[in-house]
Amino acid sequence: MNARQRDENPAGIHLPLEPLPGHTSRGRLERVLRRGEFAVTTELNPPDSADPEDVYNRAKIFDGWVDAINAVDASGANCHMSSVGICALLTRMGYAPIMQIACRDKNRIAIQGDVLGGAAMGVANMLCLTGDGVQAGDQPGAKPVFDLDSMSLLETIRIMRDNGKFLSGRKLTTPPQVFLGCAVNPFAPPYDFRPIHLGKKIAAGAQFAQTQYCFDVPMFKTFMQKARDLGHTEKLFLLCGVGPLASAKTAKWIRSNVPGIHIPDAVIKRLEGAQDQKKEGKQLCIDIINEVKEIPGVAGVHVMAYRQEEYVAEIVDESGVLKGRQPWQREIRRDDQIVAERLDHILHDEITETQVDMVKTAH
Amino acid sequence: MSDKQPAVTQATLVKKAAPRSDYKPADVSPQRRVQRTFAVRLWSIRHSRLLEWFYSRFADVFLLLHPLWKGIGYGRVEAPVKFVEKRVKGFMFDCRMCGQCVLSSTGMSCPMNCPKQLRNGPCGGVRANGNCEVEPDMPCVWVKAWEGSRNMVHGDKILTVQKPVDQSLRETSAWLRVTAQAAAARETDQNTGASA
Repeated sequence: MNARQRDENPAGIHLPLEPLPGHTSRGRLERVLRRGEFAVTTELNPPDSADPEDVYNRAKIFDGWVDAINAVDASGANCHMSSVGICALLTRMGYAPIMQIACRDKNRIAIQGDVLGGAAMGVANMLCLTGDGVQAGDQPGAKPVFDLDSMSLLETIRIMRDNGKFLSGRKLTTPPQVFLGCAVNPFAPPYDFRPIHLGKKIAAGAQFAQTQYCFDVPMFKTFMQKARDLGHTEKLFLLCGVGPLASAKTAKWIRSNVPGIHIPDAVIKRLEGAQDQKKEGKQLCIDIINEVKEIPGVAGVHVMAYRQEEYVAEIVDESGVLKGRQPWQREIRRDDQIVAERLDHILHDEITETQVDMVKTAH
Repeated sequence: MSDKQPAVTQATLVKKAAPRSDYKPADVSPQRRVQRTFAVRLWSIRHSRLLEWFYSRFADVFLLLHPLWKGIGYGRVEAPVKFVEKRVKGFMFDCRMCGQCVLSSTGMSCPMNCPKQLRNGPCGGVRANGNCEVEPDMPCVWVKAWEGSRNMVHGDKILTVQKPVDQSLRETSAWLRVTAQAAAARETDQNTGASA
């Protein structure tokens, strides 16, 4: 079978990718970034349901537009389907998820177990987060764990991967091969410490970073300038977080209620002045992408379009960040075809066999 | 990463649905209720350089007394030393007795006062005015730590990546541990120096 897409095992689409020199994971996101292509990632809105179809449908609208999908870990401390569960479903369907791990809900024992489980399912990218405080979510009475912090979590997974050991020093038989990410928020104080703090995260093991929503491009530029001066952009791929705002009202609400998101007055004025605020929000997002993609050291964008996921494809298309490149798209795999051929009959045949019948026919 | 939510959050609904009662505690985290004022803590951070100087003298004296501690037995002196340490550091820094003190690497701002107990830097939720995401009236421990570290001679120790907290060392004396470790390091130094 000939490979039709770039990041595909030539021996068959169902096989894992071959390891490449200098790569720590077998994932496609790392390959795209290391080739120097402008990467696009997005976030899957986690369902409040036990139906796998919900996850598949939500992932389907990103098909062929993004390089990786973030499986969020109870973002905003609101309870949803777990990131491990979403990753299990997405990897089964051949998607490249970024498994988010927040330190809020799990201690080091649970986290290291999840890292192994995730890697075994084929998760190639992991994003280490501190997590929002429990007071922000729907269950403020929960016990905040915060056993590790994002930095020690990065270091823990790096030790597991590079030294093949748990934090305790016990050996792993097969270390997880993952591409490690972290989050950065250049838009929250202490502003002069943020670039240095990013350097600390690189020292701890971060290989890529996704930023918080960027609405203030000049502020982001100063941050990038400092990050470049410190030499961070040579050691880490930085993806700028962007997203459409639904209206001026939501923008104001986010500004006063969601910690860590900085929205300048000019943005709100621009939305208020527009006739179709939703369309203007989308256009604003595209304009910001066009501005940030020109900043040296920006390796990609992370499009967070909460409850506006259908716009992701349009935003990516209209901003032209892919430059005609087609991100990996899920196709029917060879083993899918075999399964369909061999087991198709069980969908149609109405045979109810009991053990007794089976014994009889065997004789 | 945070995301947008409907105008009325579930958290608000949960709070509203709580049974009405005359007793309404202040809307803060349990950790914050223990400590109601930050004046002394902020003073310590403003004078981080002085405290750094003082602590290095103090640590030397403690190390000098190592034969004494060893003679009496570290186990036996632990209780009185811990009693003093807990009160002194509790007053100065709102110490939480994690037993593995990193004050000199964090600008004399105790990271265990962070509601998320972050030991490696601020989270992404710091408010624009530099206050905490969880406790709106408390200045972010890490914003203060960065300010404090800038006054210190060895302020760049804030750049080292700290290991996760060893919970089994809670409520033990960090002073004695550091002294015993320094003494052990000194001995191995002398041994290797003698053999070389």
